[in-house]
Amino acid sequence: MSTITWMTARGLFGRRRFLLLLPLPLVLLGLAVLCRSLGVDPGEWGPAVLVGLGLAVVLPVVSLIIGTGVLGAEIDDGTVVHILTKPLPRWQIILPKLAVAAGVTAVTVAVPLYVAGVLADSVRLGLALAAAAALGALAYSALFLALSLVTRRPVLLGLVYVLIWEGLLGNFVSGTKVLSIQQYVIALADRLAPTGLLETTVSVSVASVMTALISIGFTVLAVDRLRSFSVAGETS
Amino acid sequence: MSTLSLAGVSRWYGNVVAVNDISMTLGAGVTGLLGPNGAGKTTLLHMMAGFLSPSRGTVTLDDEPTWRNPDVYRRLGLVSEREAVQSYLTAYEFVLASAKLHRLADPAAAARRAIDLVELESAQDRRIGTYSKGMRQRARVAAALVHDPQVLLLDEPFNGMDPRQRLHMMQLLHTLGDDGRTILFSSHILEEVEQVSGTVQVMVAGRLAASGDFRTIRRLMTNRPHVFAVRSTDDRALAVALIAEPSVSGVELDRTGLTVRAGDYGAFTRALPRIALNQGIRVRQLVPSDESLESVFSYLVEA
Repeated sequence: MSTITWMTARGLFGRRRFLLLLPLPLVLLGLAVLCRSLGVDPGEWGPAVLVGLGLAVVLPVVSLIIGTGVLGAEIDDGTVVHILTKPLPRWQIILPKLAVAAGVTAVTVAVPLYVAGVLADSVRLGLALAAAAALGALAYSALFLALSLVTRRPVLLGLVYVLIWEGLLGNFVSGTKVLSIQQYVIALADRLAPTGLLETTVSVSVASVMTALISIGFTVLAVDRLRSFSVAGETS
Repeated sequence: MSTLSLAGVSRWYGNVVAVNDISMTLGAGVTGLLGPNGAGKTTLLHMMAGFLSPSRGTVTLDDEPTWRNPDVYRRLGLVSEREAVQSYLTAYEFVLASAKLHRLADPAAAARRAIDLVELESAQDRRIGTYSKGMRQRARVAAALVHDPQVLLLDEPFNGMDPRQRLHMMQLLHTLGDDGRTILFSSHILEEVEQVSGTVQVMVAGRLAASGDFRTIRRLMTNRPHVFAVRSTDDRALAVALIAEPSVSGVELDRTGLTVRAGDYGAFTRALPRIALNQGIRVRQLVPSDESLESVFSYLVEA
């Protein structure tokens, strides 16, 4: 394991902020178990829990907390200087951080989604949701990691994207769905396990291409921004 | 030996000029970067360390630019002012991580050597979060020294240290400078610079105000005229008497009282009570009005 990966993981798990990750997946899991045990028809609770909660809230919010944390927290407290004063090409800093963010997010979100998918329909749906969520975790993480280098308020801007763009506008202005990671994840999961539970207007090819473009594009942006990282406004 | 060169370096933020046309060359030995708070020292250090692009001019380390060039960190170490450290690591882990990130051949040995150098062996296995400010600072210096850089930049390294830690840090900087390294540290305290470095660069309001041997600059600073605000029962009569005094170089009279300029601090403060007594004037107020460091610096700019 590279030193950057190790330090990023320790930084992530060593902060209290990490505890914020636990409640959302637990709620998702709890609701799915509750609905199943009460014998509610999966057609009724499936879309609300899997998409409405799992893919629209848990995945992006967990990605946001982790993605803005892996580098953003170090920028906030100034420890980023220790990593930057090393003769490392900047991609060697961004890629391990992205890997940690995407990996931790994928595990945190894919496990409850898998269980919920199994309870709602089948193992196949569970696996499809987990795989699509892992790809979504990568795209979201790249976006939020880059955001933490572009703005001083990455969490706020990330929330605006998740809640306003994907959440609100996605329901009223169908065009915005083409630029919504959430819709890509739904499209990919639905392709892997076709059921009546997941619905989107975005095609699988658009979803695949856009997920790749977003993941790569924002990673490249992050590397470039880190190369010109300025420590400013620090005079006391 | 490495040389850090600045040629016509300026940095502005919008309309505010933080660093104004500074040129200097730093070679082996310890150099103090002295200036009041807000003079632009940190901005200058950040440009030297490649953390800020100059708006104009160039900063080079052995003819290579420091901006957008991570390779310079093979030869350059930085101890920034913000004392941020990964407090969940022990000092050894922290310095070892630095050594590994530098891709050193034997990171463990390098980490131990650096910790030795700052005399932190006894506490190296404790979490940095439990350290005092001075110990944290030393851990950061060890991390910055782990790859044995030719150039070390330190931003206000003595801030928050107790006298013993200060002394220790000063000795360390001396040793490093005597070894032929280029050491630059910033400070807003005259006495700190005096004790550590023979060469100083004085910055005031973003500009390089003085540069060279400390003793010469210090003499300029102490020989400056001192300004006092004086109020008495009869300002005009006191002004007449004072201007006859050799230690007084100028007197100004206005509604609020007298402004007296004295060339010799000691002679004037001894003469004033005598003159007042002889003239039967009662002195109500005597305030030295330019004792702040800022005024010392601004005097240097005018000199």
